[in-house]
Amino acid sequence: MAKADTKLYNRASQVALVRDADRTVLTMANDFQGDPKEFAVVVPVPTFLTKEQIHVGDKSRIDHLDAYSSPRLVEYFDPDPCQAMRQSLMVRGEAPVLKMSGDSANRAKSLGVTIEARYTVGEYDILILSAKESSALETWLKENGYRIPAGASAVLAGYIKTGMRFFVAKVDLKEQARLGFSYLRPIQVAYESPKFMLPIRLGMVNANGPQELFVYALTRKGRVETTNYRTVKLPSNMDVPLYLREEFAGFYRAMFSQQVRQERMQAVFLEYAWDMNWCDPCAAAPLSREELRDLGVFWLEEGASAGGASPVFLTRLHLRYDNAHFPEDLVFQETADRTNFQARYVLRHAFDGDTSCGAGAEYRRTLAERREQEATTLARLTGWRASEVRRKMGLTNASIDERKWYERIWK
Amino acid sequence: MNTLRKLFSRDPRLYQIATLAGLLLYGMIWLGFDITPLQAALLIGAALATQFALTRLFRLPSFDPRSPTISALSLCLLLRTNSHGIAAAAAFVTIASKFLLRWNGKHLFNPTNFGIVAAMLATGSVWVSPGQWGNAAFLAFLFACAGGLVVHRAARSDVTFAFLASYLFLIFARSMNLGEPLAIPLHRLESGALLLFSFFMISDPKTTPDSRAGRILFGALVATGAAFIQFRLFRTNGPIWSLALFSLLVPVIDLALPGRRYAWNVTRLLPKGDSHASLGNLDPDPPLRPSRARGPRVLRVLRGQGRYEAL
Repeated sequence: MAKADTKLYNRASQVALVRDADRTVLTMANDFQGDPKEFAVVVPVPTFLTKEQIHVGDKSRIDHLDAYSSPRLVEYFDPDPCQAMRQSLMVRGEAPVLKMSGDSANRAKSLGVTIEARYTVGEYDILILSAKESSALETWLKENGYRIPAGASAVLAGYIKTGMRFFVAKVDLKEQARLGFSYLRPIQVAYESPKFMLPIRLGMVNANGPQELFVYALTRKGRVETTNYRTVKLPSNMDVPLYLREEFAGFYRAMFSQQVRQERMQAVFLEYAWDMNWCDPCAAAPLSREELRDLGVFWLEEGASAGGASPVFLTRLHLRYDNAHFPEDLVFQETADRTNFQARYVLRHAFDGDTSCGAGAEYRRTLAERREQEATTLARLTGWRASEVRRKMGLTNASIDERKWYERIWK
Repeated sequence: MNTLRKLFSRDPRLYQIATLAGLLLYGMIWLGFDITPLQAALLIGAALATQFALTRLFRLPSFDPRSPTISALSLCLLLRTNSHGIAAAAAFVTIASKFLLRWNGKHLFNPTNFGIVAAMLATGSVWVSPGQWGNAAFLAFLFACAGGLVVHRAARSDVTFAFLASYLFLIFARSMNLGEPLAIPLHRLESGALLLFSFFMISDPKTTPDSRAGRILFGALVATGAAFIQFRLFRTNGPIWSLALFSLLVPVIDLALPGRRYAWNVTRLLPKGDSHASLGNLDPDPPLRPSRARGPRVLRVLRGQGRYEAL
């Protein structure tokens, strides 16, 4: 099995949203590659956060979620036509984080920005800010070295008026050196609020082109969908040409872009929706109870004893967004839908034994039709040129009988 | 075409059935609604069967499939569940509410609204997906809904307009207050679910207040409730919950602002003779009768061919 994970995207963000009733645990993984002293995030959060509500997580948990839920390629081998076995294989496809870099309580006060709390959690220096005026907040952030883009003030204003706080984090280089991490670990926050949403507007201010976001929602009841944008299932379960085995990542990227175009960039795509207890085929083993707890799945302890079934439903959403097409923050709802869905593409290998029997001739004919069908499907899914696809498949015109039906009757 | 127009203007409910069926097909084929043909058939079948059984039970003069078809199609458009049993039960509750939950000869709740709310509250296995309409089909949808108003010159479009105007005002006022760009309130309003609600659900002449003043008040209240649920409580499907809640207030509004009771185009519906005299309040489509309008008559309810039924 081959899988297409999020590493395929350069500017992708990944967010895990654990949600039940009004409790949310948000894990933000970023792919920040630069100098850690340049790193800073500003995230609007619905409530004040105490130190206990903030945690620094383990990136491997997100990676595992990604691997487990990514679109997959499955291989089947045709049985001997003159007289069924199955194997599978996979490939896979990150959260918007506004990067800024810098601090001073007195200055904050005079500006009308309140530093409600300051914590050091792991390698991060964290501030919880509230403000009365967006321009003051913008000034403060700038003075403290957060490179906030022009225009952010207008977006900040809306959040301030609805009572949101601002979670601001920077890397404490000494702490980081002491802890010995060479990369930035994901930040986790836990809060209780009826707002089941993800603020994406701040990240879009001044962004260069569209951004890529993956949301892994872990819930108790069922699938998660957006309520203010369409949630569309990615095309799935198609037979595709065998050569994609080596090019699955490219296929997934092209196919996703084509789907985004077709939906006029106005939809959120569902890539995976499955009960966490099993998978078929598994792109990676399901997450252990410990891993789930690390991600913030807080209801596990209440449930059955360890080793029992984990009542967790995973939804993987993927979107490409920009200001023009996604004017509003994402708002979600948990549905009662427990229908399993995965983005899965099928490779069918031809039987390569002796097919000289009567049924064999029929098999060879259907095989040629099948290959042609796969080429058409692939061209349609990705927007690639059909002639190019056929060339890569090694389909020559001779291999397809293009004679008219009547030309074939009397040969 | 002319025949079609005649047909629709003779009975606006046919226009409604055609519009809803068209929307359903569009949703199932192009928008990938989470409803299978089997479940749609089940919802429609269960609604018709319930209507038939209760027509017999309550000894109504004739079985009329139009009203339950409209309710069932609306359920198909809105109600989502993985369970066929719950779908059938919701269809039953929807139709039964017309017969059982009555006050002073009117249904208390819009049947579809009641069916959905009851199923959501009772089971936890039912959901409504307001985002699944997307914005692409918005204009076509708007025309279809507005077309309905033109075709049947609906006597009670005032409630639709009152709701839409109030909701629009609240959405824009909130966005302006928050300093949000115009794209945000516009995006919120470009919603198929909102149109469906405004033109097919809240407009139900059988459940809205009798007087025009009452209906305008009702529309404004439902809009305020919907905005409150959406933007203060942060829950989805504000309009649906709000309508169910304020439907309970309709008897009070009718007392405070009395008007003439809505009725079908009676001459066509009623068999000869005075069969309705013995039916009393059990007839889900009661004939025109001067309601206890004490004040001046606020509105001539039946204007032209004003037969109209909402979801």
